[in-house]
Amino acid sequence: MDLLEIKGISKIYGSVKALQNIDLTVKQGEWLAIMGPSGSGKTTMMNIIGCMDKPTEGSVILDGTDISKENAKNLTAVRREKIGLIFQQFHLINYLTAVENVMVAQYYHSMPDEAEALRALERVGLLARAKHLPSQLSGGEQQRVCIARALINYPMLVLADEPTGNLDEANENIVLDIFKQLHKDGVTIVVVTHDPEVADEAERTVVLEHGRIARIVYNDAGDDTGKRADKDAGDDTGKRADADAALSDDRSIV
Amino acid sequence: MFVALLAVAVGATILSGLVTIYYDIPRQMGQEFRSYGANFILTAANGAEGVSEDAFLSSTALIPSEKIVGIAPYRYETVKINEQPFMAAGVDLEGARKASPYWFVSGEWPDAAGSVLIGQEVADMIHLLPGSRFTMTGTGLDGESFSHDFNVSGIVQTGGAEEAFIFMSLNDFSGAIGERADYDVVECSISASEQELEAIGAVISENVADVTPRLVKRVTQSEGIVLTKLQALVFLVTAVVLALTMICVATTMMAVVTERRREIGLKKALGASDRGIVMEFLGEGLALGCLGGILGVFLGFGFAQLIGVNVFNRSISFQPLIVPFTLIASIVATGAACLIPVRSATDVDPAIVLRGE
Repeated sequence: MDLLEIKGISKIYGSVKALQNIDLTVKQGEWLAIMGPSGSGKTTMMNIIGCMDKPTEGSVILDGTDISKENAKNLTAVRREKIGLIFQQFHLINYLTAVENVMVAQYYHSMPDEAEALRALERVGLLARAKHLPSQLSGGEQQRVCIARALINYPMLVLADEPTGNLDEANENIVLDIFKQLHKDGVTIVVVTHDPEVADEAERTVVLEHGRIARIVYNDAGDDTGKRADKDAGDDTGKRADADAALSDDRSIV
Repeated sequence: MFVALLAVAVGATILSGLVTIYYDIPRQMGQEFRSYGANFILTAANGAEGVSEDAFLSSTALIPSEKIVGIAPYRYETVKINEQPFMAAGVDLEGARKASPYWFVSGEWPDAAGSVLIGQEVADMIHLLPGSRFTMTGTGLDGESFSHDFNVSGIVQTGGAEEAFIFMSLNDFSGAIGERADYDVVECSISASEQELEAIGAVISENVADVTPRLVKRVTQSEGIVLTKLQALVFLVTAVVLALTMICVATTMMAVVTERRREIGLKKALGASDRGIVMEFLGEGLALGCLGGILGVFLGFGFAQLIGVNVFNRSISFQPLIVPFTLIASIVATGAACLIPVRSATDVDPAIVLRGE
């Protein structure tokens, strides 16, 4: 079942075409990676999927709702109810403790529940650091708090923007392990990354170039269920660029 | 935020202090104005020769005793010193001293029989000094000539008509000129507004037939004009301080919103509605107004007390209504000052947190 269906979206800022006629579907429980160089339209795509921007053309259907037609108030509600956001720079509130940062997301969703927030921190292995301020946590720990905050309201879709961009290798592995567990639990994940190793972990990698889908790569490593899809390519499918060398060998490119 | 709290506290202090003074000015200045002399006089009604002792007692009994500063009944007769005519005034000297505190006396007020005050003009004409003796002559009420010696205990300077008078006690006046049962005029200094004096006058007119009460318009109207202008000035200063406080709070809150732009963006990205953001910042602003208002109530009373003691030489009485007034004014002013910054908080784009700006 498709959780997210993007149909022919374009985003134009004046004379700049940030996205051009993008078609993409994300299945429930899928782990999708979006890669591409700077200016390729990754952030614009994330903003549109995350209900923080609207396309100039086309439609974006999330869980049966066309979010490209909704007003700002309804988009906020969709974001609150259905989406969990993970940021490269963590964006924790520096005067709140780890558990309080998690509870902020609860506050805007329903009711703050410290016990549940502590369980979310336990899920990312940070129960012992629950009462610490962000300044007392390492980068990897801050990112895990950010993940706990994104998961606390059980979102349908987790959107992660360069989640390992500011982490060392050890912490990157910890975060990826959490993502693997989330994927195993059936959480739908969309990750924007520059890191091929992170992209490798996803079931599918969409490569953007100049606002278009340059290619779609189906990975084996992230596909624990044995699925090996060979569809869903955008209108620019079939291109096999040299840049693919950067991707690992155990995947197929459509 | 501390700067904003300080601004609200200072604003509330000035507001509370000045409003306290605003309402206490009539009482404070009323006392000051009494130093300008009598503001209410009693004269004989048409047809009567003077204010009788009974009418005097009945009239003064109708004046609220707590408002009486001084009452001085006067009797006047023409007398001669060295064959030059002067006006002698028999008066309750203690009452005159209270009713006319602006009199400047060189020497002493009379405290014994045969001692008098003479005006500066009289002293200059017949070359008398405090301690001098002179002989007063004339025709008494019985038609016989009289001659009495008096001591000059002091010389009066007022800059007015009083400098041409000789002031003596009612007993000395009667002893020299003769016994009279009435007074020519009764001067009263009453601590009351023009309206209150008019009300007192109306009560006396209604109840005492032989007396005509009159307000000394030059005093009562001056008091009214000065009080009105002073209250207008205090009101204006209060309004300016309130406006400055609002500008300071608005500027500080705008800085706070700018500083917390990323946090606001994050909260909106996490699903905070514009209403939620407004309530959050407005709540902070209103709490700031409440806290600043509480500080202002106490500091304001201290400020008012300081002004009362240093400017009016009297302590200020605490007005309980100032507490809710200051609190409400602080909260409303802070809330209004927060509207523009709060509005700008809702304009923050949540996408900024994704861009890492």
